[in-house]
Amino acid sequence: MTLPGWIAVGLLGGVAAAARFAIDAEIAARTDSELPLGILAINLSGALALGIAAGAVLDGEALVIVAGGGIGSFTTFSTWILDSHRLGEAGLARLAWLNIALPLAAGFAAVAFGHWLGGAL
Amino acid sequence: MRSLPHDRRKLLAIYLGGVVGALIRVGLAEAASTSPGQWPWATFVANMAGALLLGYFFALFREHPPQSLNHPFLGIGLCGTLTTFSTMQLELYEMVDGGHPGLAAAYAAITVAAGYLCVRVGIGLERRRGESIGGYTEFPRGDRR
Repeated sequence: MTLPGWIAVGLLGGVAAAARFAIDAEIAARTDSELPLGILAINLSGALALGIAAGAVLDGEALVIVAGGGIGSFTTFSTWILDSHRLGEAGLARLAWLNIALPLAAGFAAVAFGHWLGGAL
Repeated sequence: MRSLPHDRRKLLAIYLGGVVGALIRVGLAEAASTSPGQWPWATFVANMAGALLLGYFFALFREHPPQSLNHPFLGIGLCGTLTTFSTMQLELYEMVDGGHPGLAAAYAAITVAAGYLCVRVGIGLERRRGESIGGYTEFPRGDRR
């Protein structure tokens, strides 16, 4: 990785984090659900985008910047797991399991579809 | 920074945390790149560390006033960006695509189970710290065991 590459990773990472927060807040304000739909939408759209990026011609430093710096930063593992833990602790065990299983299965499908889409482009 | 409206300062704190989190995660990935037939240690370590820290920060900052920038910087920015969902999913796809479905199943199950454990350990560490310094820490409602 070149120095401009690292700078791009840092800048994109910051933008992606701020976008994650803003989109999550927008979705949370517009929906009324115990399930954290904002993080779900962010993680699934990110999985689709990463599938497209990896399936398309992107490789080398461009892929590291877009995939690692941008998309990888936009989606999150820690908040997803903490939210699931909080659902469980609030006595909503079924929703906690759903919040684990649904993104896991749908995220895989999103990457697979994106990969196919990226390859077809 | 004090002169900025709170929403701007919060976004800036999240941005700065995101810069640091992304550099650490991509740095780990560059230092320890793996092929689809191998355990993705870089992503795994980043996700576990971020889950542990987020559990700790979640418990630590729970009682902080909404204008505090600690959680935006460390929780949403740093931990949220250090960890990744999409890269893990791409790794799972590449494992299955590369003929390693068993490894993919193990990676998915262990990442979720160990991540859950890391969140719990992080929350527990903060609670013990709170007790050991004799301070009063109201434990989050619903998280009491």
